[in-house]
Formats: sequence, structure tokens, C-alpha cells
Amino acid sequence: MTDLLDPRTAADPTPTPSSGRPPTTGRARLGRFLRRRPGLVVSILVIVFVLVSAVFPALFAPGDPTLAVPRQRSLPPGPGHWFGTDYLGRDVWTRVVHGTSLSLQATLIAVAVALVVGGLIGLLAGFVGGWVDEVLMRVVDVLLAIPPILLALALIAALGFGTTNVAIAVGVASVAQFARVMRAETMRIRGTVYVEAARAVGTRWWVTLGRHVLPNAAGPVLVLAVLEFGLAILAVSSLSFLGYGAPPPAPEWGSLVSEGRNYLATAWWMCAMPGLTIAATVLSVNRVSKALDGEWGRDR
Amino acid sequence: MIYLLRRLGFAALVLWASYTVSFAVLYLLADPVATLVARASDGTAITTAELDALRARYGLDQPVPVQYLERLGAALRGDLGTSFVNGQPVGRTIAEALPPTLQIATAGLVLAVVFGAGVALTATYTRSRWLAQVLMGLPSLAVSLPVFWVGLMLVQLFSFQLGWLPAVGARGPAALILPAVTLALPTGALIAQVLVKSMSTALTEPYVTTARAKGVGPLAVHLRHALGNAAIPALTVLGYVTGNLLAGTVVVETVFTRPGLGRTTVEAVADQDVPLVQGVVLFAALVFVLVNLAVDLIYPLLDPRVTQAVPA
Repeated sequence: MTDLLDPRTAADPTPTPSSGRPPTTGRARLGRFLRRRPGLVVSILVIVFVLVSAVFPALFAPGDPTLAVPRQRSLPPGPGHWFGTDYLGRDVWTRVVHGTSLSLQATLIAVAVALVVGGLIGLLAGFVGGWVDEVLMRVVDVLLAIPPILLALALIAALGFGTTNVAIAVGVASVAQFARVMRAETMRIRGTVYVEAARAVGTRWWVTLGRHVLPNAAGPVLVLAVLEFGLAILAVSSLSFLGYGAPPPAPEWGSLVSEGRNYLATAWWMCAMPGLTIAATVLSVNRVSKALDGEWGRDR
Repeated sequence: MIYLLRRLGFAALVLWASYTVSFAVLYLLADPVATLVARASDGTAITTAELDALRARYGLDQPVPVQYLERLGAALRGDLGTSFVNGQPVGRTIAEALPPTLQIATAGLVLAVVFGAGVALTATYTRSRWLAQVLMGLPSLAVSLPVFWVGLMLVQLFSFQLGWLPAVGARGPAALILPAVTLALPTGALIAQVLVKSMSTALTEPYVTTARAKGVGPLAVHLRHALGNAAIPALTVLGYVTGNLLAGTVVVETVFTRPGLGRTTVEAVADQDVPLVQGVVLFAALVFVLVNLAVDLIYPLLDPRVTQAVPA
């Protein structure tokens, strides 16, 4: 478990050459890599579980998330009700599992917006250079000066409420990070010998971009995307906790916590369980992101 | 001098640009009048004349460039416009909401520095690998927990179970403790992460070896020689940290039902009170810029190489 909490996330990304051990096949290497990291295995399992319950919630929670059983109001966690029941007698576990879909959709939209918009800005800035780069990066600097959650709030004030709007707002608020990384990568690759060679043999610029720059720049940007996935879960659930997400009956991780808030004194599990789910998911995502960033490359 | 002018120029640029970005988002992305109408109409239908009157009242009938310049000019004179909801000047609303927020933000910052520095210094000082591992794991755990949930769990434990501290409200210093701790956790984690990294680097530097060779005790080497240099990178994230704290109050003030800027922001967004939201965004940018200017001014005092390096 301590493995899960290891902080040295941004360790140096340069893969060191193999250390004398005979080269192993891909599958054997993966097996050994995972066996040494039980925390990572648990994290992957948590993520798989979350993904599956987003698509097939009934698999893990066959009940109806909005079904209220008045006789079973505010039951503490126990057999039959893992996560207890809420103030209307709805099963919290069922609501959390069914809420996964909305929360995860919002998170995916947010990451996609940030990845695509930020990636394009960074690609343009890094590839074209000159004044385009100068202007775009100034805009990015400004976006970094405004705390992301405030930027997201401003966007929600303009766009209105709802899960999709929350997701877009969170995504736009983290565009700047992606633009930065993408630009740095693009500039690094633009200066490499193989791009020079491609240009020398007369490759057209869009082919260079698609064939050489994009695939090679993708790595660090995708690592950032996984990391952003964790941050986006937190941001989306914060905003839905504040009440900007889906309207009440729909279960959503953040709004589940805020629903339980009024019963905090007597029924702690209404808040605690959805919150723990969020925390476990974010921790797992961060662990996987750390493994992708460096660890995998270094351990050969 | 050139160094200072550059920094001032950049600060002005950031403010102007964040004004422009927030204007674009809030005034162009959606029609502010639509939200005005939603409020003005109490069931009765609104005529076009009334709509136009409303637009004219808030200057929304002007062409966009004119609106932009007029509002920018007013903002430069310190006039951030009038709230759509209560008709008060935005500047005054922010000023009134600020004191309680400053209280928890200050307390949060102090705690964050204490937490962060404490964890980082202990983790790099201790000989025990086990303790270092645990301490270095704390920051990444702290940033993975949802802030609102941590706040609620602290309330559940310390207010409802143990009855030590008040759960809500802003009366008395005891009511400050839980919000400040909640606010300090993610920020302290950030400080700890930066400081652990820079301390580990500093401890491998030749001057540390020299100091050890001279017979300086381990604690003195740690605090006097290494920390002095390692603190500089930590200082540069102060602008980011302050922005973080300000943003954190949005959630923390909601969780603890405290009055303040964060609460005001949450309500302004819920009411789609466009001028007030823009005011808060600008205020956050102003704070960021001012803190960074202060850091830039302190920086050369700590590390004289900075000013020499810039003109080159």
C-alpha cells in the first residue's frame, strides 16, 4: 500500500539503458513489472472496476438507484447495504455505482476538451513558431494566472448548469497545461535529426506533422492526460458538490456527497462512502499515471 | 531597474489579458440579458421595450467593442460595474466579502507552510527509510482527496463525534481551525512536494559536503546551509499557492457555511451575476500578479544572480 502513495511522480523521464539483464519478451516484462508493484495492480483493478460500472452499472448494483424504501431509511453500512442507505432509504452503493457513469462521462469530456484544444494550441505554437508562438503562449500564461476553478466557475456562469457544461468548463480551465507540454514536445521534435531529414527529402509539412511530430510528442501529453483525468474527477465532483451539475434525483459522485451533508451528524456514511470512492479512484489514476511516466521506461 | 520594469510590464499584461478573457467568456459566450430577463420576469411576459431598457441600463445595448473599451476604462478607474442581482457596485461587494476570507486564507497559508515545510524537512532529515517513505507519500495522498469531503469528514469527527470544535459559522477563533486545516491540506502538500525535491537537490551540492567536512552538525547543515538555497524554488510557487488558497475558499466556505469571497462567488455563479463573477476573476488575477511581483522583488535579495542574468 505504501507503494501506492509513493510521491516521486515526476521522476526523470529519460529511460536508462538496460542493466545487464538478458532481454525479456513483452509479456514476461509486464508480468515482472506488475508483480513488484502490488499497489499498481490494485490501482488498475480499481480503474477497471470504475470503467465497467460506468458502462454496465447493473453488473455490480442490480438495484434501482432511485428506489426509496422508507422502512430502510438511514441504515449504517452492513450486509445487504455495503455503503448503508440514505435519508430516503435508497441504497448508497447502488447510487454510487450508477453515479459513476455521469461522473466519468463528465471527466472524459473534460480531459478530451483539454487534450484536443490544448494539444492543438501547443502544436500550432511549437510547429509554426515566431509571432504565432509568442501570442499563443502569452494567452496560455494568462490562463495559468487565473486559478482553474475560478475560470471554470466563470464559464459555468456563462454557459449555465448541467453535467456537460461543468465538464466543458473543467476542460477549458486546464487547456493551458496541455498547450505548454505539447508546445515543448513539438519544439523538441522539430529540432531532431529525423525531422530535418524528412524536410531534406521534401516531405510535405502536414506529413511531417502527422507522421513524425505527433506520434513522438504523444507520450508526455498522454501521461499528462492520465494525470489530468484524476484532477478532472476532483474538479468535476467539486463543482457538482457546489450544485452546478446534474439536477438532484440523478446520482453523481459530487452531488451524492452534498446530499449526505445535511445528515452528517447522524449518518456519516452518506457523505463518507461516495467521497471515499472519489478518493480511491483519483489515487488509482495518479498511481497509474506515475507508472506510465518513467517507471515503465526505467524498469527494463 | 530593467528587471523591475519587465516584471511590471508582464503584470500589467496579465491583468489586461485576464480582463479580456473574462470579458469574452462572460459577455460574448452567452447573452447576459437572457439571465437578466430570467430574474426580472416574475411570471409576467417581458416586452421588447422593457428588454431594451434593461440592456440600456447595464450598457449592454452598445456594440461589443464599445462595451469592451468602456468597461475596461471603468475597470482601470476601479469601477468594476454593478451587480445584476443586488445592484451594488461589484468593488464594494468584493471588499465586504473579503475580510472573513482573508482570515481563513491567512490561517490556511500559515498552516500550509508549517505542514509542508515540516513534512519536507523531516522526510529529508530522517535516517529512517520507512519514515521518509511514509512522509513523502503524504502529499500525493493529500492532493488526491476531494477538499469538500475532507472538510465534511473533519466536521463529522471533530464537531459531531468529539464535540471539540464548532461545525459551521465564523464566530470566534475556534471556528477558524477546521476551515483553515481543510484549506491548508492541498496547499501544504504542494509546498511539501516542491520543497522535498529542492531539498534533495540541495543536499547533494558541494557546499553541503564542505559544511559537513568543516564539522557542522547535521541539523545546522540541514537548516542553515541546505534550506536557505532550497527555499528559493518553493518561493516561486507562492503566486500559484495563493491562487490555490483563494480558489480553495470557494469550496471550504461552502462546506463550513462561512461568509466570504468564496461563498459570494458560488452565489454569483448560481445567479449568473456576470459583473460580479468577472470582478472575482479579476481580483484573483490581481492577487496572483501582486504576489508574483512581491516574489520577484524578494528573489534578487535571496539570489543576486537573478538580476544579473536577466539583461543578458
